[in-house]
Amino acid sequence: MEVPILKQGRFLIATIQAALSDADLLQLRRALIDKVIHFRSNGVIIDVTALDVMDSFATRTLRDITNMIRLRGADTVIVGIQPEVAFAMVQLGLTMEGVATALDLEEGLAHLQQRATGKS
Amino acid sequence: MPALRDIVVAIRSDADIVSARQQGRSLATAIGFSATDATLIATAISELARNIVMYAGQGEVMMNSVEVSHRMGIVLGARDSGPGIRSIEDVLRDGYSTSGGLGLGLPGVKRLMDEFAIESELGQGTLVTVKMWLK
Repeated sequence: MEVPILKQGRFLIATIQAALSDADLLQLRRALIDKVIHFRSNGVIIDVTALDVMDSFATRTLRDITNMIRLRGADTVIVGIQPEVAFAMVQLGLTMEGVATALDLEEGLAHLQQRATGKS
Repeated sequence: MPALRDIVVAIRSDADIVSARQQGRSLATAIGFSATDATLIATAISELARNIVMYAGQGEVMMNSVEVSHRMGIVLGARDSGPGIRSIEDVLRDGYSTSGGLGLGLPGVKRLMDEFAIESELGQGTLVTVKMWLK
């Protein structure tokens, strides 16, 4: 299940549309890094609304993506973590420290725009 | 309550992890668990199945409904014939990992579920059994 990545100006939006296997997550990581470099993007949104579960592997991979993209000088926002998924993550002991999160796509975009304005 | 089938999911690759947790969620919902509890159960299955793929290569996840003195619940078993666990005490400690992972797998699963048991023998394999009860 490949995750579609849309380019919107200087931002990229990756919308996860179904449950992802570990291989799918690693594929998303590769695709996002490639596209950030190719388009010289300065912001990335990963929409996880459709993710059924955020286990330790998914959390670690999303954190890695954020860190890699940060090294390129771009920001990442994870949006749409479902309430029950957030509950399970906390019970499991997972945190998203150092990773920006927002309620939905709209708030994620607002966050990136704010960061972009602050930098210029 | 209709009789629920004993479900066994063979775990050989990361795609099977997704299949196991989806079947677990369906079973949990059929038993009557809330969406939140079904997500906790699916997350626990994901961690247990990943341990099988990572450490043993293959194994199986078993799931079934369980009833004890009019109390319904779900029981999950994750079994493999892998290398076994050298120190169960170590793997139940947060942050302990031999794979470079986050080391939250088993202690995390223990926190997600109501009951947790683990049997392991070096060179023989591992069986993790967990339960959650309807509240």
